[in-house]
Amino acid sequence: MNEKCKCGNEYKDEKLEKILSKYEKNKSNLIQILSEVQENYGYIPENVQLEISKYLGIEMAEIYGVITFYSRFTLKPKGKYNIAVCLGTACFVKGSEKILDRIKQKLGIDVGQTTPDGRFSLEATRCIGACGLAPVFTVNDEVHGKATIDMVDKVLDEYMKKD
Amino acid sequence: MKTLEEIKKIREQKRAELDLRVNLSANTVEKHILVCHGTGCTSSKSPQIIENFKKILEEKNIKNVRVIQTGCFGLCAKGPIVIIRPEDVLYVMVKPEDCEEIIDSHIIKGKILERLLCKDIDEKIVKKLDELNFYKKQKRIALKNCGVIDPENIDEYIAFDGYRALEKVLFEMTPEEVIDEVTKSGLRGRGGAGFPTGKKWSFTRMANGTQKYVVCNADEGDPGAFMDRSILEGDPHCVLEAMMIAGYAIGANKGYIYVRAEYPIAVHRFQTAINQAREYGILGKKIFGTDFEFDIEVRLGAGAFVCGEETALLESVEGKTGRPRLKPPFPANSGLWKKPTLINNVETYANITKIILNGAKWYSSIGTENSKGTKVFALGGNVVNVGLVEVPMGTTLREIVFDIGGGIPNGHEFKAAQTGGPSGGCITAENLDTPIDYESLTQIGSMMGSGGLIVMDDTKCMVNLAKFYLGFTVDESCGKCNPCRIGTKRMLEILDKITKGEGTVADIDKLEFLANIIKKTSVCGLRTNSTKPCTKYIKVF
Repeated sequence: MNEKCKCGNEYKDEKLEKILSKYEKNKSNLIQILSEVQENYGYIPENVQLEISKYLGIEMAEIYGVITFYSRFTLKPKGKYNIAVCLGTACFVKGSEKILDRIKQKLGIDVGQTTPDGRFSLEATRCIGACGLAPVFTVNDEVHGKATIDMVDKVLDEYMKKD
Repeated sequence: MKTLEEIKKIREQKRAELDLRVNLSANTVEKHILVCHGTGCTSSKSPQIIENFKKILEEKNIKNVRVIQTGCFGLCAKGPIVIIRPEDVLYVMVKPEDCEEIIDSHIIKGKILERLLCKDIDEKIVKKLDELNFYKKQKRIALKNCGVIDPENIDEYIAFDGYRALEKVLFEMTPEEVIDEVTKSGLRGRGGAGFPTGKKWSFTRMANGTQKYVVCNADEGDPGAFMDRSILEGDPHCVLEAMMIAGYAIGANKGYIYVRAEYPIAVHRFQTAINQAREYGILGKKIFGTDFEFDIEVRLGAGAFVCGEETALLESVEGKTGRPRLKPPFPANSGLWKKPTLINNVETYANITKIILNGAKWYSSIGTENSKGTKVFALGGNVVNVGLVEVPMGTTLREIVFDIGGGIPNGHEFKAAQTGGPSGGCITAENLDTPIDYESLTQIGSMMGSGGLIVMDDTKCMVNLAKFYLGFTVDESCGKCNPCRIGTKRMLEILDKITKGEGTVADIDKLEFLANIIKKTSVCGLRTNSTKPCTKYIKVF
């Protein structure tokens, strides 16, 4: 069994079929489908794009255009711990730039990159709506508010110790 | 499926049961612990607070106390917020481990837990929400139910006049009368541009075509704005009901709401509202036994600022890249799939049910001559009371920043406030007394915008801020128009030079020259306005 599943294709196709079965073959459903794929796979793999292209009857080029237009969709997998620093105006005014710089420095990666070991990725997001806690950054879904440089160090050190 | 009679019955029963939410002298032995479950408070563990309360109540076998999740109370700076009714006591910055003490002291011993009460800006300890300076000058219309009802419970919405406006229009008003009422109320688009809502409705009604659509713009892209999100999180049914009323008025049977995917709670709540309304037969065919039919679908945005522009949004609903279309034709004539489409912002819809129930006369008595009603602002940045405020039009910026917002923290001075986000402009100290309405704000070189209001203190560098906004614009330019795609990039490079201390006088001329060209030659409103923060800052600082 294990031999068979190495490429992950079989399992993934099932997952994709389940997603596709929820939607009619209507071109206007493209973004909804891509959103679900992004959520389930962490990115939008090329073979999945091909399946969607066949299903909806949309050219691959057009799908690629939509994926690259919207910032939520990515073509590469994100790290195990995805760190997002809010760069909304409220956070910016309260110094989120410094928080971002510190994280870049600590992880040695730039925005949009993943560490070589695949553990951390970094993104700059627009307002996540926790303006009362500005400046804010999130690790996966956990929100860290009223962030300071010390706090960044502490939080990242903790995650670095984890698997 | 519920008949109209059954819904009326639910309203009567539930209203009596929930009287303690709004009536301090309600005759009841029950107590309700309301916990804010908006995005802000959720980020600081309010779901765990709710869980802890429930667990402790069960352990201690306390029966007549209910724990309820609500929408945003507004005072996000002091979150997570807990309010106990009917006494209306406000506890702030509550931690999950405080729950036991609150129950022991407040619920069991009947003694207010002083430690968690709110300290007002004048250092006074305040027990009740309404006593806070933060709330004194506010008037809640769009946010009426936020913080009062459980947004995931349709019965609670029905209890507080929910779906009564729909009932009224279906049985007592013609579509023309509905449009007339909205027109007379003086309501204008709350998305920023301020187009008269009644006019938009009437254009769409008059447009040729049998298939029409109602669309709700909930793609709140302005960084630092969270008005629409809070409405959807706190009172999703009121937007749903308003979209149905709009559908009846313009002759549409299908609606779409376009929500940012970054707002998972709002999406979940609205979808829940749709499901519940379908279950009750409020959405669907033969609504309340009439011939009116309507259904709504949620569409997710995927992170593109430009999709807040109405025609780009329509493209995105159709599943394409969200690039703005040339106008005219306007969506009223050619919108979704080229059919006549009415598109309004969340906050605009949130006013509709109240206008229908209380009348245009009541609504137009609030506000200024040309800007009626209230406006919701997301107050953020260097201000003490960061949060969500709703004020009557005509309130001055000074009142918002200092009386409601509590002024600037850490002994700093007010420098400027930015309204309208990246497309807006800033207001400086000498204009603090300008009343907030569409015309006055435009006159002083800013704009109403959707309601983001970011305050900056004297330590902030305005060139740096202009650079921040331009950086945003460069990232978010959809690339359709070259002047915007390339021009904003060049402007950013010049600003970068200036912030490094290498700027020359010629650079300022160059910036103004570029800004002018972009303004004149780009298609959409976002772009023609995108250079505004920059040019405005040049003039002022």
